[in-house]
Amino acid sequence: MTTLEASAKTLSLTKFMAGDFKSDLKPIWCPGCGDFGVVTAITRALANIGRAPHEIAFVSGIGCSSRIPGYTTAYGFNTVHGRSLPIAQGIKLANPELLVLVASGDGDGFSIGGGHVAHAVRRNIDITYIVMDNQIYGLTKGQLSPTSSRGRKTVTSSFGSIEDPVNPLLYVMGYGASYVAQGTPADMTGLAKIIEEGIRFPGFAFINVQSPCVTYGMEDQQLKAHKTNMQSLESIGHDPSDRAKATELAREYGTKLYTGVLYRNPNPPSTYGQGVIERHDALKKSAVPRHEILNRFKPSN
Amino acid sequence: MSNATEAVSSSGGAQKVSRINEVVIRIAGNSQDGIQAIGGFLARLAGRSEQEVMTFMTIPSTISGGPSIFQVRVGSGEVLTAGDDADVLLCFYQHSYEGHINSLKKKGIVLYDSDHVVPKEEWLSDYHHVGIPISSLTVEAIGGTAKDKGKNIYSLGLIARMFDLNVPKLEKLLGERFGGKDVSILNNALAAFHAGYANSPSNVVETFQITDSQKKDGHQVVMNGNEAIGYGLIAAGVRFGAGYPITPWTDIMELLRRELPKYGGSFIQCEDEIASVSMALGASYAGRVAVTGSSGPGISLKTEAIGWAVMAEMPLIVINVQRGGPSTGMPTNIEQSDLNIAINGGHGDAPRVVLAPANVEDCFYMAIEAVNIARKYNTPVFFLTDQGIATRIEAFTEPNLEKVCQDISPDLTPVASHKPYDLAAKDGVTPHVKPGTRILDGKYPIATGLEHDEYGHPSGSPKVHMLQNAKRRKKLQALGATLPLPKIYGPSEGNILLVGWGSTEGPIREAVDRFRAAGDSVSAIHLRHVNPLPNGLENIFSGFNHVFVVEMNDEGLYGIGQLGTILRARYADAKIQGINKTDGLTWKVKEIVELVKAKAGK
Repeated sequence: MTTLEASAKTLSLTKFMAGDFKSDLKPIWCPGCGDFGVVTAITRALANIGRAPHEIAFVSGIGCSSRIPGYTTAYGFNTVHGRSLPIAQGIKLANPELLVLVASGDGDGFSIGGGHVAHAVRRNIDITYIVMDNQIYGLTKGQLSPTSSRGRKTVTSSFGSIEDPVNPLLYVMGYGASYVAQGTPADMTGLAKIIEEGIRFPGFAFINVQSPCVTYGMEDQQLKAHKTNMQSLESIGHDPSDRAKATELAREYGTKLYTGVLYRNPNPPSTYGQGVIERHDALKKSAVPRHEILNRFKPSN
Repeated sequence: MSNATEAVSSSGGAQKVSRINEVVIRIAGNSQDGIQAIGGFLARLAGRSEQEVMTFMTIPSTISGGPSIFQVRVGSGEVLTAGDDADVLLCFYQHSYEGHINSLKKKGIVLYDSDHVVPKEEWLSDYHHVGIPISSLTVEAIGGTAKDKGKNIYSLGLIARMFDLNVPKLEKLLGERFGGKDVSILNNALAAFHAGYANSPSNVVETFQITDSQKKDGHQVVMNGNEAIGYGLIAAGVRFGAGYPITPWTDIMELLRRELPKYGGSFIQCEDEIASVSMALGASYAGRVAVTGSSGPGISLKTEAIGWAVMAEMPLIVINVQRGGPSTGMPTNIEQSDLNIAINGGHGDAPRVVLAPANVEDCFYMAIEAVNIARKYNTPVFFLTDQGIATRIEAFTEPNLEKVCQDISPDLTPVASHKPYDLAAKDGVTPHVKPGTRILDGKYPIATGLEHDEYGHPSGSPKVHMLQNAKRRKKLQALGATLPLPKIYGPSEGNILLVGWGSTEGPIREAVDRFRAAGDSVSAIHLRHVNPLPNGLENIFSGFNHVFVVEMNDEGLYGIGQLGTILRARYADAKIQGINKTDGLTWKVKEIVELVKAKAGK
């Protein structure tokens, strides 16, 4: 048994608490920011999952939300604005043993990095994508975001926005995502549950978190309003395996705050990682020993 | 062709047979004629006959069609370039004939398809014209509609006869190329080849034999620069890559997508250039030294992420097969105008390593060197080639693969503690601990693009920024101190020193040979490590009155080109001057000779 295997064995017997996944760093977020709740929900989910901190890679882009890896105990990767998804996919493919989480925000995920979402969905690599959607650019002090509603006044839309927002739920549903859920820190138990379920889901999992911005957010986007307005999908009798119904409900993004699992593919499609393994098995026999790799360029007489 | 002596033709013909040391053959046609295939066969045959070989080609940037050439130079002595002027011009069309007759030596042989080419009266006395109805004879040999597919192979037969080439070896090469599911394809190719070989044009007065090379020890391998890079990376243990299609980088991507899965690796074709550099960085972070690459605009798109790799100290290989720029530029042209972006591209102070292989063999070994530098110093490494080296076929001694192949699978042995940005580390070099590694003190680092303390925690402290900037700089300076000085080609003192980098080593050395043969005092050095530069170049420069930096890029606002500007800035020596061009073609030896004369005469 190698040292690593021995330590893995010890660790597998260890039970983790949510606190084991928090770090000593003090968040730079404004007091009352929704992201505090998100980090708590994530650490609770990780404690239930039971993987050790060193087996977790936590990737983020840029923005308030993307500070999250610093506030957790895991291998943190605070990357380039908008690029957390491709980086996370590279990590997972290079080491499929790792649990790979991605944190992003509405600007990072659906504006500057929006082009990667469709491809992450269709590639279906087994990672969990958590977007903290607050409908504003908070870190740069209150500019219009891709999910800001039409008419929204911000420092870059003084007269009100004349653009329609992106609908993150419909967007990923449209590209065929197999696990789509939405939560809010106003319901911590529910949020931790959909994150845990997303991590356990075999394939790309998308979780949109309505995470209020206390500084630049609107009154009706705060936790207090969420508590009043949120409606659990379970309570309205939604069947998460019903793709057509899920798509219909996704259209109500921006007008209704549904929480819970919107869509869970009852027959999860094969992941990219599985395809890679099958390809390796099929091609292994055509590999030549290392000292023969240049034989095709040699005299064959 | 040189050193003609008479010998007996093994093909039993009655013509005079001359023994020659080398020959330059230029094949001109359209890109769909398969002229690259003829050139490739000739180059590979030469390699298998232990002869030296070098090729040069141009392709149009169209999907199909457009004028195209392939030039191959085969010799028994040292072959440095594909040759300035051809001994034989094979041309399929009037435009190939008229467009390339100038590249033929006076009294050279022009072998033309008389179905399409009408010789010009005024050129008949200057060149030896041999007209053969190649198109109709190909139809006669293999029938029907196949003429466009077969006339290249028919012509290969003609050339094989003219140069008394080894027929069994060529047949074997044809078998390797065309032997597939459909046996009729190979049979057609062989029929075309033999019909060409059997054609003995009445006005060919002489055939040739290339003397065997004596100097080779061991077997040769024959490949182009892109193949050498691809297999160099595989030998180096690289098992992950990501890229996006763009000419001329795409060939390497295609090769790696085909080969890496056989060795348990993956190469992902991404949605865009930024995703591909990002995905490669993710894989590098996870413990695989990953490769990405591109050309032209694709490199510009990757620069932000490369700056991140510098900041987060991640190993990464970035292959840049340069093309003419800026913007979409000249996609299939040869240019060396990406040195500045390779060294400085992106915002902020972001030192990274830049390597530039000088020839095809170098592509193989430097790919391994690039991987080892990236791993040791945890830095992105730019690998600069260009179209000239990417598609050029050369023969070189087979590498000792048992010795050079390495396994770089990640080591996940637990560590007691880890500071990825440890400021006390010797020379600023810190190891990369991969995710999956248990850190016993429980302090897990962050890899980040924000300025950071020793654990990677974000820091806004100006003092930390200065110290971390110094760390990133010092590790490259430490690398620079280990780099060997380039060997001087020619005496170490004299009038003129030519300085080159990348794919231009051959023509620069041949220019030195010509100067020295004429009694001029000219030497050359070739820089393969361009950032950091090896220390001590000033000691070489001090031995010469002039230092001319020969580059295929624009002279720039201050008239000294891209590398020239860097050398001038570092050594503050006004004798450093630039010799530059951007005509999209590799240097001809005579161009260098003329420009050096003009510059030195000033």
